[in-house]
Amino acid sequence: MSQSAAPVLEARQISKRFPGVVALDGVSLALLPGEVHALVGENGAGKSTLIKVFTGVHRPDGGELIYNGSPVAFGTPLDAQRAGISTIYQEVNLVPMMSVARNLMLGREPRGRLGVIDTARMYGEAERILAGYGVVTDVRRPLRTLGMGVQQMVALARAVAIDARVVIMDEPTSSLEPREVETLFSVIRKLRDDGIAVVYVSHRLDELYEVCDRVTVLRDGRVAHTGPLAELERLKLIALMLGRDLDEVRTGGLTRFSRDRRGARGRDGAEPAVRAEGLTRRQVLRGVDVSVWPGEVVGLGGLLGAGRSETAKGIVGALRLDAGRVLVAGLPLRTGSTTAAIRAGVSLLPEDRKAEGIIPALSVRENIALAALPSLSRAGVVSDARIDKVVEVFMRRLRIKAASPHQPVQELSGGNQQKVLLARWLAIRPKILLLDEPTRGIDVGAKAEVQALVDELAEEGLGVLLISSDLEELVEGADRILVLREGAVVGELSGDDVTEDKIMASIAERGAESDG
Amino acid sequence: MAEAVAPPGRRVLAWAQEYGVYAAVGVLLLFNVLFTPHFLDVANFRTQLVQVAPIVIVSLGMALVIGTQGIDLSVGSVMSLAAALVALYLGYGAWPALLVALVGGAVAGTAGGALVAYVGVQPIVATLALLVGVRGLANVLVPQLVEFRNPDLIALGSSSLSGVPVIVVIAAVLTLLMAFLVRRTTFGRQVVAIGGNRAASELSGLPVRRVLLLVYVISGVLAALAGVLATARLQASDPTSLGLFIELSAITAVVVGGTPLSGGRIRVLSTVMGALLMQLLSATLIKHNLPQSWTQIVQAVIILAAVYATRERGTR
Repeated sequence: MSQSAAPVLEARQISKRFPGVVALDGVSLALLPGEVHALVGENGAGKSTLIKVFTGVHRPDGGELIYNGSPVAFGTPLDAQRAGISTIYQEVNLVPMMSVARNLMLGREPRGRLGVIDTARMYGEAERILAGYGVVTDVRRPLRTLGMGVQQMVALARAVAIDARVVIMDEPTSSLEPREVETLFSVIRKLRDDGIAVVYVSHRLDELYEVCDRVTVLRDGRVAHTGPLAELERLKLIALMLGRDLDEVRTGGLTRFSRDRRGARGRDGAEPAVRAEGLTRRQVLRGVDVSVWPGEVVGLGGLLGAGRSETAKGIVGALRLDAGRVLVAGLPLRTGSTTAAIRAGVSLLPEDRKAEGIIPALSVRENIALAALPSLSRAGVVSDARIDKVVEVFMRRLRIKAASPHQPVQELSGGNQQKVLLARWLAIRPKILLLDEPTRGIDVGAKAEVQALVDELAEEGLGVLLISSDLEELVEGADRILVLREGAVVGELSGDDVTEDKIMASIAERGAESDG
Repeated sequence: MAEAVAPPGRRVLAWAQEYGVYAAVGVLLLFNVLFTPHFLDVANFRTQLVQVAPIVIVSLGMALVIGTQGIDLSVGSVMSLAAALVALYLGYGAWPALLVALVGGAVAGTAGGALVAYVGVQPIVATLALLVGVRGLANVLVPQLVEFRNPDLIALGSSSLSGVPVIVVIAAVLTLLMAFLVRRTTFGRQVVAIGGNRAASELSGLPVRRVLLLVYVISGVLAALAGVLATARLQASDPTSLGLFIELSAITAVVVGGTPLSGGRIRVLSTVMGALLMQLLSATLIKHNLPQSWTQIVQAVIILAAVYATRERGTR
């Protein structure tokens, strides 16, 4: 690491606003040549916005970008790329049908006389370049016939070959096998030794500690910390990402969850309402076991990408599983069918309200009635009277604020949309409700109402699986917490052990073991 | 995020999207009453309505398919298949022949629907394959024009119920049935929900694949019925040319009626109005001795205007 060198790319007090949100608020970051710089933060921290500012996708509203010592303003991603800033996205953005060599040399193919591409030379050169990355393959094959790891390596080789001085990698290992990850890391170290600056975005702490020199933690659009990574304790890093003070003494009472935490009461001998066994999916879930008893709120903790949403989707059959089964009240559920899960009484409130929850153009009324339609109709003809009754009941109980039941749901605030979705599920009387980030992006008032409702439902005997990135919400809302990490359950906390500190320790723990 | 108050420009557009097609039909009617001789003759009205009836019937199915973000290009070929099947089975009587033709339409619809819903082929590709294949099949079954003298079938095409042609009555009844299906039945609401947000519909436990399949079956049956009615009116089965390009007329009617191609909304009555508008337009221009090419250009302008109006709300 060359400490004294001038930064190759520097963000100075960068701000970026979107309608209703401040994505970046005076963020400064200096990137030195020959360093691997980790960029971390939870959802909405501003990582992707910052990357998009670096790569010319977004223009900052305030602050300046210094590249090679002089201020720059990239108009388009192509400008940034030409200047030497390359990005490797999660999904490889190359041309899958073209040969490896064509992809590698795209736009700068060696040409013979008459400007015709000299294929022999192109293949030779491509083979030589890839060999430098430890990749030996037939460069004539279409790119898509290769494994993801090799494809990623081609993307990387291409980025470096076009004289990149900065390489930004956004979750590069999310679809790689362990062996491929090792190769990637050796390439990253090689780039570093060549004096290239690497920005490395990942949620896998082990990887960060293995390959990165420095770290910048973003939270809520600001820099929470920046400095050498080796000096930063894992626990401290997690606390920074989640916005929690390690020494903070929990006093509680800030959320609307008010129930006394129950231990394992009321479940002696009885079957859990839902029991998931060995949920497995390549790259995502590695044998997750979850049980929820009636009247219990089970929290799923863990960092982004730990497999929390995937666990919930696996339970309701919205995510294809490689292995594992789900039992509802002791009876196995047909896998891969949300219809079967819902019929058995298991419903999911999805994380992405807009993409997977609301039907935007339909009215509040129709959105609430959607799942319950078959039971609100006679011989296939819907009964307006029955729908009106159900809609009225839930609009009043959940205090949904809409001009009328006929208002399109897309015109409602986020909090009211979320209540509409909750009403959609309550209308079919589920036994188990899986709530994925139920209070994200909704205002404080609605948040408190939703939290109080979850309490109330659990009192009535509903089993709840609660996923939340808000540690406070998790600790105060859940009776028991399972901590996930890289697709596996790494800890279970119940009773007095349900504290923010213990959750963070649990997230950090296993990583520390495998490190040493 | 949602807009709080719509600016005036948007309100005009919203109005145009909601009622534009009705207004256009009204304006055109008024123009004709004032400036076209013999326009108010009963015979003229009958001709216009009889001509537009098959297009209306096909458009009803098309509107349903488009409501799911799909498209059905095979309707014209399914019409020709129905014509061929009617000619082949007319020996058993008009009604059995009609039934066979409808079953043929249902089978073609099942093929398209299964490709879309279960195999995951894009609707435009799946139904394009049927567009080519089904017309070929129809031509193999009945290679050239066949005239027939079955009185029942001829009556279906040319008789009237208290002055209104049977074909028009059938189209009107089907319009009402389709409006009921879309607005009042579980199936209809599920179709709209799936078109509006397929991922959300799946997570809400809707039988997404079954609904999609059924939508294409309905479109196929309606196209087959339109094919039989058109054949009855011609008093001849002509699989080679019957229903050529009718998929374009049907899509036009749906789009002009204000149903967004992005799905999630189905306007049944407006679709019928869209078909009437295009029919009336070409009739008007012909009566005023403008060449066919002018009709096409004016139609293009109307399509663009309709798409512009729907674009605002149909954004995804």
